[in-house]
Amino acid sequence: MADDDRKIRILVAKPGLDGHDRGAKVIASAFRDAGFEVIYTGLHQTPEMIVAAAVQEDVDVVAMSVLSGAHMTLFPRVRELLAEAGADHVLLTGGGIIPEEDVTALEEQGIGRLFGPGTPTTAAIDYVKEWFATRQQTT
Amino acid sequence: MSTIEKDMLGRAELEDAVRARDREIARLKARLAEWEESYDAIPKRDDLFTTVSGREIRPLYTELDRARAENGDDPLGFPGSYPFTRGPYPTMYRTRLWTMRQFAGFATAEETNARYKYLLEHGQTGLSVAFDFPTLMGFDSDHPRSLGEVGVCGVAISSLADMERLFEGIPLDRVSVSMTINGPAIILFCFYVAAAEKQGVDVGVLRGTVQNDILKEYQAQHAWVFPPEPALRCIVDMFEWCSEHTPKYNPISISGYHIREAGATAAQELAFTLRNGFEYVERGIARGLDVDAFAPRLSFFFDVHNDFFEEIAKLRAARRIWARGMKEKYGATKPDAWRLRTHCQTAGVSLTAQQPENNIVRVAYQAMAAALGGTQSLHTNSMDETLSLPTEKAVRIALRTQQILAHESGVPNTIDPLAGSYFVESLTDELERDALALFDEIDAMGGVVPGIEQGWFQREIASSAMRQQREVESGDRVVVGVNHFLEGSEQLEIETLRIDPAVERRQVAKMAEMRETRDAADVERTLAALSAACAADENVVPRILDCARAYCTLYEIRAAMERVFGAYKEPVFF
Repeated sequence: MADDDRKIRILVAKPGLDGHDRGAKVIASAFRDAGFEVIYTGLHQTPEMIVAAAVQEDVDVVAMSVLSGAHMTLFPRVRELLAEAGADHVLLTGGGIIPEEDVTALEEQGIGRLFGPGTPTTAAIDYVKEWFATRQQTT
Repeated sequence: MSTIEKDMLGRAELEDAVRARDREIARLKARLAEWEESYDAIPKRDDLFTTVSGREIRPLYTELDRARAENGDDPLGFPGSYPFTRGPYPTMYRTRLWTMRQFAGFATAEETNARYKYLLEHGQTGLSVAFDFPTLMGFDSDHPRSLGEVGVCGVAISSLADMERLFEGIPLDRVSVSMTINGPAIILFCFYVAAAEKQGVDVGVLRGTVQNDILKEYQAQHAWVFPPEPALRCIVDMFEWCSEHTPKYNPISISGYHIREAGATAAQELAFTLRNGFEYVERGIARGLDVDAFAPRLSFFFDVHNDFFEEIAKLRAARRIWARGMKEKYGATKPDAWRLRTHCQTAGVSLTAQQPENNIVRVAYQAMAAALGGTQSLHTNSMDETLSLPTEKAVRIALRTQQILAHESGVPNTIDPLAGSYFVESLTDELERDALALFDEIDAMGGVVPGIEQGWFQREIASSAMRQQREVESGDRVVVGVNHFLEGSEQLEIETLRIDPAVERRQVAKMAEMRETRDAADVERTLAALSAACAADENVVPRILDCARAYCTLYEIRAAMERVFGAYKEPVFF
């Protein structure tokens, strides 16, 4: 199989102490139904655990679900650890209860798009597919 | 027809009565068939005529759908009497309105204390504590795992010192307090009791509730600490200790709310919650406790979602199933042990980030369903909860929604006003049947704990969530402002509450100071005694109380117990 035909590998992660995993499970199922290789971390993951899983599974994308309000700590920390692990090429995206101004602030720090409540799963899927296609062209 | 009536009638009269009833049923069936014919001839709207749970709803219900008394067992009864379908108390809202209890907590104990005083000044009648995630998981504010989460989603309480500050100036002998905490519930309960002691309050008069429902944590909400068996043991320890020392306090609130919010249908919420409740009853009985002594203090907590009639029927069915189970299966003889009392909260998951002011209306309908279903207390969600913790203004509107319902709508004037409705009675019966069928499935797996270990509950809930998501994404299930009736820019600029990152630093500094000033020998001694009690199978409440009084922290107490009990590891199902 040619490299650009391969399945996109995505790690769906629940960082922090928040147990609200309805969204994470729904989005993980939706990505799987859309033909992605999906790995789900389970709950209560530290940023270190998430990055270790991302590296071990050699994923293209890490999608984090954060409903706890701790997004300003968790997203930058995972971005930083990914860089340290030499996995800068990995897209870090996600969703949850994240105010618009924080979404903008995080984008400025190199975090991908963050999706809020009520987003159709197709919006997230299309976004990741487009990102992947663009990356394949540029590399 | 009662036995006495039957005896009074002669055989001939009895046969006449039966024939008359058969004729009446035949007449009704003929009328119904006639109506069906005219109904079928007319085109209908292209819409889902199902509840949000996917339940098929028929276009018309008639007397033919009504529950009938069988074997002298009246399925409705009267309010305050078995099987309590019409309400747990004989006078319901004529004596006392439901308690208006808004769930609140953020930042530090001082800031939350100020919010509580604000709510009490505005007519709220009970308090309800929301803890932050570190507290919910049994971590201190200065634990590395707490980084970035201290005081963000609730109030940070790491020791008795925080609990004292939380209720500073709020007399615990006069205000009932509900605490939403599960994994480390027994520890926070002891902080609360110790805080009441510090206020000079006789703990025997404490009123309130601690959620303490660990089974639904494994199934849905996921804030656990210990594995199921030791966790259940702690809950029974609480039943035992509370029935002796705090007889007006509810040591558990068996909760469907989180099961529903995680994606369950109304019937799954009803069945899983009540089956969890019966599991606790079985554990109490197995300990040798008298069911008539501990069961009256078991309380419940249900979600009130969008489908108005299904939610009302769910609450009515819950009371009937509980009463029948407690009396017939578990042999309780006191009406107080049969009576299901519940708190309700409107459905957070039904709120939309798009056009958020519409949420005020959703909440109002849901609140009305809770009142028509006969709830004992109610939390109404704030319109901005999909965006952040609620602002003071949003909380005030949510509380005002309850006050308008209670004082302007006329809903509380009569008891169980929908009783006898062909539709509501039929839905009540249907939900009861669905719940009993799910009980059979759970029993076939060997009970609740094996069901959790096999991931059955988790999978059932996730697959219901996925079905609902598909309905919304296909547009079949209309969600105003999300997939229909859009305005272009749905994001409204509304004020949101932000937690200052300095809260975490202040809280960590306070903990360091507290650790300096307490008696280290006391801490060590009480923690060692607690570990010993855990290993020795004695009731752990008095030992945890000693730890609380010595200002041991939440995590220190958790760790002392974990040394014996171990920690819960989630089986990941996806």
